[in-house]
Amino acid sequence: MTGSFNANIPHGALDRKWTNHKDHARLVNPNNRRKFEIIVVGSGLAGGSAAASLGELGYRVKCFCYQDSPRRAHSIAAQGGINAAKNYQNDGDSIYRLFYDTIKGGDFRSREANVYRLAEVSGHIIDQCVAQGVPFAREYGGLLANRSFGGAQVSRTFYARGQTGQQLLLGCYSALCRQIAAGTVQMFPQTEMLDLVIVDGHAKGIVTRSLRTGKIEKFAGDAVVLATGGYGNVFYLSTNARGCNVTATYRAYKKGALFANPCFTQIHPTCIPHSGDYQSKLTLMSESLRNDGRVWVPKRKDDCAKSPGEIPEKDRDYYLERKYPSYGNLAPRDISSRAAKEVCDEGRGVGPGGRGVYLDFADAIKRLSQQTIAERYGNLFEVYEKITGENGYEVPMRIYPAVHYTMGGLWVDYNLMSNIPGLFVIGEANFSDHGANRLGASALMQGLADGYFVLPYTLPNYLAGQVGRRPSADAAEFKDAENNVRGKIQKLLNINGHCSLDSIHRELGMLLWDKCGMARNKAGLEETLGKIPELRERFWREVRVPGDGEDFNQSLERAGRVADFLEFAELLCIDALTRDESCGAHFREEHQTSEGEALRDDDNYASVFAWEFQGCNGTITPPKLHREALHFDTVHLTQRSYK
Amino acid sequence: MNFKLKVWRQKDGQSTGSLVDYEAPEIPPQASLLEMLDIVNERLVLAGKDPIAFDSDCREGICGTCSLSVNGEAHGPDHPGAACELYMRKFKDGQTIVIEPFRVKSFPIVKDLVVDRSALDRIVQAGGFISARAGSAPEANSIPIAKTEADLSMEAAACIGCGACAAACPNASAMLFTAAKVSHLALLPQGAPERAKRVVGMVHAMDAEGFGNCTNTYECEAVCPAEISASFIAKLNREFSRANVKRSAGE
Repeated sequence: MTGSFNANIPHGALDRKWTNHKDHARLVNPNNRRKFEIIVVGSGLAGGSAAASLGELGYRVKCFCYQDSPRRAHSIAAQGGINAAKNYQNDGDSIYRLFYDTIKGGDFRSREANVYRLAEVSGHIIDQCVAQGVPFAREYGGLLANRSFGGAQVSRTFYARGQTGQQLLLGCYSALCRQIAAGTVQMFPQTEMLDLVIVDGHAKGIVTRSLRTGKIEKFAGDAVVLATGGYGNVFYLSTNARGCNVTATYRAYKKGALFANPCFTQIHPTCIPHSGDYQSKLTLMSESLRNDGRVWVPKRKDDCAKSPGEIPEKDRDYYLERKYPSYGNLAPRDISSRAAKEVCDEGRGVGPGGRGVYLDFADAIKRLSQQTIAERYGNLFEVYEKITGENGYEVPMRIYPAVHYTMGGLWVDYNLMSNIPGLFVIGEANFSDHGANRLGASALMQGLADGYFVLPYTLPNYLAGQVGRRPSADAAEFKDAENNVRGKIQKLLNINGHCSLDSIHRELGMLLWDKCGMARNKAGLEETLGKIPELRERFWREVRVPGDGEDFNQSLERAGRVADFLEFAELLCIDALTRDESCGAHFREEHQTSEGEALRDDDNYASVFAWEFQGCNGTITPPKLHREALHFDTVHLTQRSYK
Repeated sequence: MNFKLKVWRQKDGQSTGSLVDYEAPEIPPQASLLEMLDIVNERLVLAGKDPIAFDSDCREGICGTCSLSVNGEAHGPDHPGAACELYMRKFKDGQTIVIEPFRVKSFPIVKDLVVDRSALDRIVQAGGFISARAGSAPEANSIPIAKTEADLSMEAAACIGCGACAAACPNASAMLFTAAKVSHLALLPQGAPERAKRVVGMVHAMDAEGFGNCTNTYECEAVCPAEISASFIAKLNREFSRANVKRSAGE
C-alpha cells in the first residue's frame, strides 16, 4: 500500500485533542508560504473555502472546477441549513450534544475525534459567514434565527430561506474572488482533473483537460487537495447536479488512495417522485419541510387512488408519528426513507406507480396561516408547483426518497490527508465525519469546517517538511499520467458503437437503486456484481461518443465519467456485500430488529472499510480491504432509537 | 407531445452560426425543456449526428448554468424560472420553439447554445466581497441586524448569476446583476467599510467588460429567475453617486 494507514488521532481528552494538535502542528513561516503551490480541485463549500483561506494565508493556489464559474458548484443547491452548536435558543445545545447527535445519527460508524472537532469549529463557521455578509434569517430583534432539523431535539440550524447552500457558497465564492483579484489564487474553470500524479510516493500534481478547448495540461504542486464532492450520480438519478461525478476520487483511488465506506450512500426522504424515463434528475424538497408538514399514506390500499381530500382523518396513517412518537416527522433521513419504502412496498403508496407518500401542510396552515408557511418555505412550494403542476398549499405534496449524499469517500486521517502523503481530501469527497448516515444541515457544516478551519492548520503541518520538493511538470511521472489520460480519451472516441451513454448509465442506476439502494441483501448484491462487468463490457463495445477530443465535447466529458461510474459501482457493491451488518443508511435486510430497524454488529463491524485498488487487467482484480477499528472512549454504543 | 425546433448551431466562437430545424416528436409533457433537448440529442447521436451543445448543471433553478433564450425570451415564457424549470406542458402541442443562446456581446458564444459568462465573475472580483479573513470574524450575534434590512439584503443576494438580465436588456446591460451584489452587501453593516470602493470598482469593471447602460426598460426584472427587483438598480445608482460625492469631498 502507498503511504500510511494510521488515523493519527491526537492523544489527550476528546475536548482537548484539536487544541493540542494545533498547538503542536508544524507551521510554515509567512515568507515561505508563497514558495508553495497548492492544487485545489473543486470549488464548492469545501474547495472554495480552502482555496480562499490558503490564499489569504499567502500560499499560491491553483483552483480547478468543471463548472464555468466556481459560483455554480453543487453546494449551491443545498436548501435547508447549516448546524452549529451556538445554543442561541437556550434549549440545552452544546458542542458535546452536536457531537453526540452526529455520532449517533451516523450510527456509530465515524471517528469520535473528527466529529468532535467538527462540532467544536461549528460556531466559528457561523461567525465567519456572517462576517462575509451571508444574509442568514433573523428574528425581529435582529439576532440570528434557528430552525429544527431531523435527528436533533434542539434548534441549531441556521438558514437563509430555502437557499442556505447558495448563500454560503456565494460567501465563500466572494472570498475566493477576493483572492483571485489579489493574485494568490489562480482559477481554472471548466477544467476537469483526469489523473493524479505521484512522485516518490507523494501526491505532487494532476493532469487536467480543459472542457472548453480539449487541451490536456499537467500541473505540479506541493500538495493536492481534492474537494470534488460525492458520487451519488452513480445511481444515474439523484438530487446531484448533472455534472457531479466520481472521476477525481476514483482516479486517485486507482493511483493508490484508499476508498472508505463506499456503501454508505444517503437516500433523502423528501424528494419529488420519479415520473418517467426521460427524467434527468430528481429534485429535493428540503427536509426542513418536515418541521411543519405531516407525512402520511392511506391506511387501506383501496384508498390510494382516491384524492387525498376524500380520505378522512381516521383512514390516514401518519406512520412516522405512529412509529417514532418522540421524533415523529423529524426522524433521521435513513429511517424516514426506509419507512416510506416500506409503506409503498405494502401497496399503500400514492401517485403514479404507487411510489410516493403525502407531505401534508393542512394542519400547519390551520395553526399558523398560509402566510407563515409561505414565509418559511415559499420557494419550495413554488419549486413543487413548477415541477408537478400542483399547489402544495391546497393538496398535500407527494414525496419519495432519492439518492442525495454519499458519506463514503476517500479515506483520510485526522489531518484530512489520505494514505498518500500530500493528497488531502475534504468535504463530501472524504469519508470522515458522517459515519453511516449524515444528519440534515451537516454537509454544509463539514465542507466549511474542512476548508476554513481544519485544512489551514493541517496542510502546513505536511508542507513544513516539503520545502523545495515540488517536481517539474515535465517529470516522467507526469508524462506517464498524461499518456494514460490521452489513451483513455482516444479509446472512448474509438468505440463508435450504436448505443447512447445515457441508456447505459440509466441501466446501471436502475440496477443499483434496485439492489444497492435503500435496502440490500446478499443475493441481490451478488447478482448485481455479476451484471456490472457485463454492462461495462457493453459500454466499451457499444457506446457512441461523437466528435473529437480537441474541442468542446460534452459527450466525451460525460463518457469519461460514466466509464468511471461503471467501475466504481463494483466497489460500492463489494463494500455493501462485505459489510454484513446494517448500520445507518446501509440496510442489509438480513440484519434487522424485530421492528425492522437497522441491526448493527459492533463486535465485527465497528470499523472503517478502506479499499485498496489492486489493478485492472481486462477484469477488475478484487480490491484489498484494510480495516480501521473505531474506538469509542466517550460515547456509549447504543441501538439508535428515535421512538 | 410533438414540437418543431429551430436551434442555434455554431461550431465555435470564430464560425458563423445559423438556426437549424429539428423535429421533436413524442415528448412527454412532464419533461423539462432541457430533458426535451436530452431526448433530441440522444436521437441525434444514435443517428450519427452531432448533438446540440447546451449548458446545464443543477437542473433545479439555482446554479444559474443554463442560459437559453426560448422564443426570444431569456429562460423562456414561464417566468420566474430558469430554462431548466421550464416544462413542456407549458407549450402547445405542435408548437415551433426557437432556442438560442443568450445574446450579449460580453458573453461570447463557445459552441451552439453555450456562452462564456466569465465577465460576470470579473465584476465580482472587482469588489463584490467583504474582506473578512477566515479566523478574524467576531461573534455572529454581536451585530444585530434589523430583520427588514436582513430580508431585503437576502432579496438581492438571491441572484443566481445566470446573466438573463443582460440577455433580455436591449442595451445588454449587466446592471441588475451588479446592483444585486452591491445592494446585498451595502444593506448589511458588515459591508459598510468597503461600501464606496466596492461599488466604484464593480461599476468600472462592468463598463470595461463592454456591458451597456440601463435605460429603465425593466426587461431584466421581467426575466430574472430569482425575481431580483429593478429597484436595486436605483440603489446601485445611489450607491455609486454617494461614493463619488464622498470621493470628491476628499473622504
